[in-house]
Formats: sequence, structure tokens, C-alpha cells
Amino acid sequence: MDDGFLQQYLSLFDEFDVLAAFWVNIQLTFFAGILALILGTLLATMRISPVPSLRWAGSTYVTLLRNTPLTIIMVFCVLGLWGQLGITLSPDFTTNFFRLAVVGLTVYHAAFVCEALRSGVNTVPVGQAEAARAIGLSFWPAARLVILPQAFRGSVAPLGNVLIALTKNSTVAAAASVAEASSLMRTMIEFRPDVIVAIFLTFALGFVLIVVPIGLATTSFSRRLTVAR
Amino acid sequence: MVDISAAPPAPTDTTSDALVELRGVDKHFGALHVLQHIDLTVRRGEVVVIIGPSGSGKSTLCRTINRLETIDSGTIALDGVPLPAEGRALARLRADVGMVFQSFNLFAHMTVLQNVVLGQVKAKGVKPSAAKKIAIDLLDRVGVRDQADKLPAQLSGGQQQRVAIARALAMQPKVMLFDEPTSALDPEMINEVLDVMVGLARDGMTMIVVTHEMGFARKAANRVVFMDGGQIVEEADPETFFTAPKSDRARDFLSKILTH
Ligand SMILES: Nc1ncnc2c1ncn2[C@@H]1O[C@H](COP(=O)(O)OP(=O)(O)OP(=O)(O)O)[C@@H](O)[C@H]1O
Ligand SMILES: [Mg+2]
Repeated sequence: MDDGFLQQYLSLFDEFDVLAAFWVNIQLTFFAGILALILGTLLATMRISPVPSLRWAGSTYVTLLRNTPLTIIMVFCVLGLWGQLGITLSPDFTTNFFRLAVVGLTVYHAAFVCEALRSGVNTVPVGQAEAARAIGLSFWPAARLVILPQAFRGSVAPLGNVLIALTKNSTVAAAASVAEASSLMRTMIEFRPDVIVAIFLTFALGFVLIVVPIGLATTSFSRRLTVAR
Repeated sequence: MVDISAAPPAPTDTTSDALVELRGVDKHFGALHVLQHIDLTVRRGEVVVIIGPSGSGKSTLCRTINRLETIDSGTIALDGVPLPAEGRALARLRADVGMVFQSFNLFAHMTVLQNVVLGQVKAKGVKPSAAKKIAIDLLDRVGVRDQADKLPAQLSGGQQQRVAIARALAMQPKVMLFDEPTSALDPEMINEVLDVMVGLARDGMTMIVVTHEMGFARKAANRVVFMDGGQIVEEADPETFFTAPKSDRARDFLSKILTH
């Protein structure tokens, strides 16, 4: 890399706010991650519940959402929820699109959280549920106090994978007109085709820097939280 | 009904004092008829040992009594009240029936103390401070008080099973069910668990115990019930059953467990 190139490259960061764009992805991931964890837990509870209609609803949700491309869900959130049905989540235009994107990411990844948790539930021996029932806990308390806490510990690794996928998938929010990293990258490539490869590598590296620590953290968590039997 | 009045420690009244009453209980697993028209009455304070070959339906019988298994026909009553089908009433009934499993089944993510506190607080609404006090007393009684803050996996099998007994007792059950409580234990730990169970029996707890430990049956049981092929084949007081079994099937079974 000669000096001129480096200067050209660095000038990108004066022209475009790359960090702010990545910050949007981190925020999308954060909010959608928390909401997907809540919705996914609810779905997983429905899928292991003794009530057939709840089980059916849970598995139908998972089948539908998991098999629909995220881009289509995202476009639906904007054109369907907002454009057609007039659902606004904020009077501010940008915030509204951001929130619609969070909804899209949440409903999609909740299906994967549910499946990750179900794999965690399968690591809990049936004897745990029987013992909970035997001391007089009915289904919900038994799930909340005995099964799910152990299932969470058994599913840290698959949940980490969902979080990693969510981080990368947050770029699909571009389809909901959210100005995040990948949309900024497209803009930058348009205006600065001279450093196209460098721009691409910058964004790729940015995601690697976010995702790798998540992977390391969940692996170490998963090891530390494993329930000894 | 088999006449059990010959058993000296057993109360002679057969109806009014019935705590657990099974009438014509049938249960299938698919084509397999695991429980075939079972009639069994267990009186308050009585200790009944269920014995029989593998697959004869002993565990299934035990599990129907707190409805971990449903039944196809017949009735099961606890303290004169038929077992409720589902929901809150069933959960309340289960609290009245303590169950101790072969594989302990302590809640693996909770400490020993939390294991014994949980049901009291969440199923019976006992205040946490009171529940903790009861739990510590019970852990003391089964001899594992000093292990209260450990996780189950840090305890020996014998200690875990004693905690499991304490956890069941914490619900102040009317009857305790034991399904082969010592068969997953190393030999040197069997007695520490049996001793606790003998103590319970002495204190008047109503117990239904699936076990092949004849020493326990002789020491603590009022009655031995021999099952084979989903049926109750023979009932007698322990001495009579072990020394002079009436049925061929019981004789055959005893000769197998005595000679190895
Ligand atoms: N959930 C189930 N589904 C199908 N069959 C079952 C189930 N549970 C038990 N059985 C079958 O029912 C029969 C009785 O089982 P049960 O566990 O009650 O026997 P047991 O007398 O306790 O035997 P063991 O001494 O081996 O514990 C066995 O043939 C067993 O294979
Ligand atoms: Mg059994």
C-alpha cells in the first residue's frame, strides 16, 4: 500500500460515519436479540406445554417464520405493516423504520431461539420434570423454575449461534430503509469506486470484530454454565 | 382381598383407615397390559413392600398413585378422595404424595437446600424463611445438613437419595412412594438410605416401597405384595412371604433372588 492509497482510504472515514453505521447494527442486534429471546422462550414453552392447541400454534409459528426469507419478512414489515396497515411505531420517520426492522428481526429470530431452547430442553432428563410434578408444581411453575433454567444453560451454544446469525442478519434492515452498515457500504462504493476492495474489507472486518467475541463469550459461558449431573 | 390379619403389626381394620385405595385398576402401554385389574388398599401408617420380577409393573403401579401415569379404568382414591384428573387439584394431590425415584432426580441447578425449599414455597405457599427452617431440620434428620449449600452433583448417591427423601418429606405428604430407592446406589451406601426409611416407618409414615431389599422388608414392612405380569399374585406379612410363599411364581422368584 503506497502512501497515496492510505490517505485516500483514510479520507473515507472523514466523509462517511462508518462507526455510526455499525452502531446501528449493534443496536438492532441488541433490541431484536432481547425481544427474540423473550418471544422465543414463550414459543418454546408453548411447544413443550401439555395443551395441544398451544403446541400447534408454537410449531406452526416456527415452521412459517423459519422458512420465510428474512428479506421478505423485512419488506413486509415496512410495506405491509407500515405502508398498507398504517402501523407506526414512532412519529419520527427514522425511528419508525428502525423499530419496524427490529420487529422483523425479532419475529424471524424468535423461531430460531425457540428451536435452540428446545434442543436445550432435550438436555434436561425427564426425571427433572417428573420430580417437579411429584412435589406438586403444575406445568408453568415446573417449566419456569426447573426445566427452562436448565434448558437455557444447555442451549447457550446454539443461542450464541442464533445471536451471531442475528448480528449478520441485521444488515437486512437495509431492506427496511434503515441506514446501517451494509447500506452505508453500498453508498460508499457508489461514491468512491476507487477504493472498492478496501471498503468491502473494512465492513467485512467490522463484522468479524463484532461476531468473534460473541462466539468466544458464548463458548466460555456454555462451558461455565453446564449443569453438572 | 387377601386376609392380612395374620400380620401382627398391621392394624386389623380394613376399611375406615384406608389411605390409598386402588380398585380394579387397568393400564395398557399399547398392546401391553401392564396393570391387570389391581386391587390394593394401604392403611394409614402401613408400610407395604412391592416386590416382583423386572417388567411386572411395580414402577407403573407406584406412578399411577400420584398420577405420573394415567390409568385406563378403575379408581384410585387417596384418603377417600378419588384422584383428580388434571390441573390445580392434581398438583395439590401430588403434594400429598411424596415420591422418591431410583435416580434421585434432584433439581440439578439448585443447591441441596433450594431443592428442599422449592416445593414448600411454590406449591404450598409456605414463607421462604419458614420453609428454609423446615428444610434444614429435615436435612438434619436425614443426616446431610452439612451439605445444604452444595449442588446435587457434588454429593454421593446415598447423600443425594437422602436429600430426595427430605425434599419429599418437606411437603408433609400423607404417603410416601419409593421406587427402587437403593438400586442405583453403590453397596456401601444402601444402608444409609434404608436406615432413614426404617426411621420413617417407625415414625408412622405410610409407605409404599418397591424394593428387593429383604432386610428392609423384614425390618419395616407390615406387608409384602408380590407382583408378576401386571397382577398382584400374593400378599402376606414379610416373614410368611419370605419363608413360606404360597404361589409357584413367588417361590420361583424368591429362589432366583436368594441364590445369586
Ligand atoms: N412409558 C412406557 N411405554 C411403554 N411401555 C412401558 C413404559 N413404561 C414401562 N413400560 C413397560 O411396562 C412394563 C412394566 O414396566 P415397569 O417399569 O412398571 O416394571 P417394573 O416392575 O418396575 O420393572 P423393573 O423391576 O425393571 O423396574 C415393562 O414391560 C415395560 O417395558
Ligand atoms: Mg421399575
